[in-house]
Amino acid sequence: MARKLSFRNAINEALAQEMERDSSVILMGEDVSGGTGSPGETDAWGGPLGVTKGLSKRFAKQVLDTPISESGFIGAAIGAAASGLRPVAELMFVDFMGVCFDQIFNQAAKFRYMFGGKATTPVVIRCMIGGGFRAAAQHSQILYNVFTHIPGLKCVVPSSPYEAKGLLTQAIRDDDPVMFFEHKMLYDVEEEVPEGAYTIPFGEANILREGKDVTIVALGRMVMLATQAADALAREGISCEVIDPRTTSPFDADTVLDSVENTGRLVVVDEAHPRCSMATDIAALVAQEAFDALEAPIQMVTAPHTPVPFSPALEDLYLPNADKIASAVRKIRRKAAA
Amino acid sequence: MSANLKAIVMPKWGLAMQEGMLAKWHIEEGAEVKPGLEVCDIETSKIANAMEASVAGRVLRRVASEGTMLPVGALLAVVGDSAASAEEVERFIAKFEEEFAAAAEERGAEEPADRKVEVGGRQINYVKLGNAEGAPIILVHGFGADLNSWMFNQPQLAESHTTYALDLPGHGQSDKKVRKGSIEEFADVLAGFMEALGIPRTHLVGQSLGGAIILKLALDHPEKVASLTLISSAGLGEDINMAYVESFIRAAGRKDLKPELEKLFADPSLVSRDMINDVLKYKRMDGVEEVLKAIAGSAFAGGKQSLLLREKLRAIKTPVQVIFGAKDQIIPARHAEGLGGNVKVKVIPEASHMPHMEAAPEVTRLILDMAKQ
Repeated sequence: MARKLSFRNAINEALAQEMERDSSVILMGEDVSGGTGSPGETDAWGGPLGVTKGLSKRFAKQVLDTPISESGFIGAAIGAAASGLRPVAELMFVDFMGVCFDQIFNQAAKFRYMFGGKATTPVVIRCMIGGGFRAAAQHSQILYNVFTHIPGLKCVVPSSPYEAKGLLTQAIRDDDPVMFFEHKMLYDVEEEVPEGAYTIPFGEANILREGKDVTIVALGRMVMLATQAADALAREGISCEVIDPRTTSPFDADTVLDSVENTGRLVVVDEAHPRCSMATDIAALVAQEAFDALEAPIQMVTAPHTPVPFSPALEDLYLPNADKIASAVRKIRRKAAA
Repeated sequence: MSANLKAIVMPKWGLAMQEGMLAKWHIEEGAEVKPGLEVCDIETSKIANAMEASVAGRVLRRVASEGTMLPVGALLAVVGDSAASAEEVERFIAKFEEEFAAAAEERGAEEPADRKVEVGGRQINYVKLGNAEGAPIILVHGFGADLNSWMFNQPQLAESHTTYALDLPGHGQSDKKVRKGSIEEFADVLAGFMEALGIPRTHLVGQSLGGAIILKLALDHPEKVASLTLISSAGLGEDINMAYVESFIRAAGRKDLKPELEKLFADPSLVSRDMINDVLKYKRMDGVEEVLKAIAGSAFAGGKQSLLLREKLRAIKTPVQVIFGAKDQIIPARHAEGLGGNVKVKVIPEASHMPHMEAAPEVTRLILDMAKQ
């Protein structure tokens, strides 16, 4: 068996292996080393949650701590990508996108199109998403749906350590701007991860459980919860197919539609707010393309349309969990033949 | 136990297997079983297969019901003398369940038994199972596969023999480096592997490309080889399904790979999502595509097998058996015809290129017969 690695260290390893392989790969952001340059202090932080720990020492010329100016360093990363480097910029919390959104959606996303296919922008923007960390409304949002809306951006939502390493390696080697969304509650999750480098292609969903009664489509941290729900439901005799799209853009519609053609039932699990989200997007896709296969209303398991609460009790109520997913499945399950 | 009660339990097929589903019983309560008789079908997330009894007696109780998922080692049925009373059977089941639950707590920290050894500057991954006197059994997989392809055979072989299954260079968890990717190169690696582990002489089992590799080793170093079992083996004729080889190398996603893997089995429904995912995980490793192309270019240059050892097989002194699936879609089963000499030939009707998986109990028995000689 391969050795086990945490989600955090799987990302660290992908960054290290790609910087090792290709000196044009650089890493930049606030506190990616932390304290570098101040007297007696190097690599104090390795990012706010320690993901990039140790990289500034190994790759001194490729790791840049930046000033606290997202509009500045995200713009710089995009410019560097357009002129030959392969930067990985860490935005820290996705919630900070507001201050550098122009650089992302109106510059990076448009270069290939506006320059007639002659420009490439191989930049990766990493950021942390999601609730459950007791970090309140300004550090807990999902927001990948906002970026998915914009043509020209590729959006990746890894759900496990194996997925994170392969998808990040693919992101770095990709010639288009890639948004990479890391759920902060996954960082300590461990699983077997190959030691060598490998890539997972974008736009191919992963099927984690095969089932015939209900299709569950889930993203990011929700994938783990969906498989827990599916395993619990299996003991009740309900067979669920669990699909992780891996990337919201490009999106593997075929795998979702094929599955719903077989099951006739769909539950979408998305930690984002319920409106204008991946949940509504996938529900609309299935309603439009597989309406005749549907035997029950599509269910969405999402957070409510409110900011993420700071109160731990309220935050726990706010987030989707395995029980909520199982309840949604039971609501539309195929009734056993009497 | 006065009534000589014995348990039939959920088997462990491969290191990764933790649970399996009892899909279908093949025996009724009251029936007699003996070793070799098919008891039930077990489905794991990777593959489904029939399980054979390893004990003899009357089936007194089918404990597990069809469609239930159970951990490895869980009680499926109780076998024993027909004289056993219902109370004795109940007591046996209760005691088994109690001990199984207690053992389950300890099993948490169990470490898988695979390890690595350096051969000619490359890390070679292998799994050793069993610990017995006498020549061990070494299992050599085929093109694009890995040591897990022996998951149905190795645990049974290990009950009476020391067994090794290795990942060839460029495969599984071994280094993803080959020089030319030729059968000669792999045969040298295998000889180096034996040397590194201090194995002077062994029974060799090889499938497909692995068959040609062990045959080459036996021709070069007859003193190292106690017997040969060639399964769906390369090296016995020119033909090779090159369209399969090329499509397998090219397939980047599930939809492209599935129809290729289905060619390996007479019953294509054996190809599960997990099996496809495992192969995709392997194919996505850096260096693997180059390795597979190198092997194809070297061993199957111009769409034909380049190393033909058929004529030399006649002269070989080592005991040899050749096993093919009649429905092999990769290397035709007619390569097993007219081999002459002392070659023992077995063609299994309902199998394609993976008879050691598709007809696992039978192939395991054939390997054991060979190793007993």
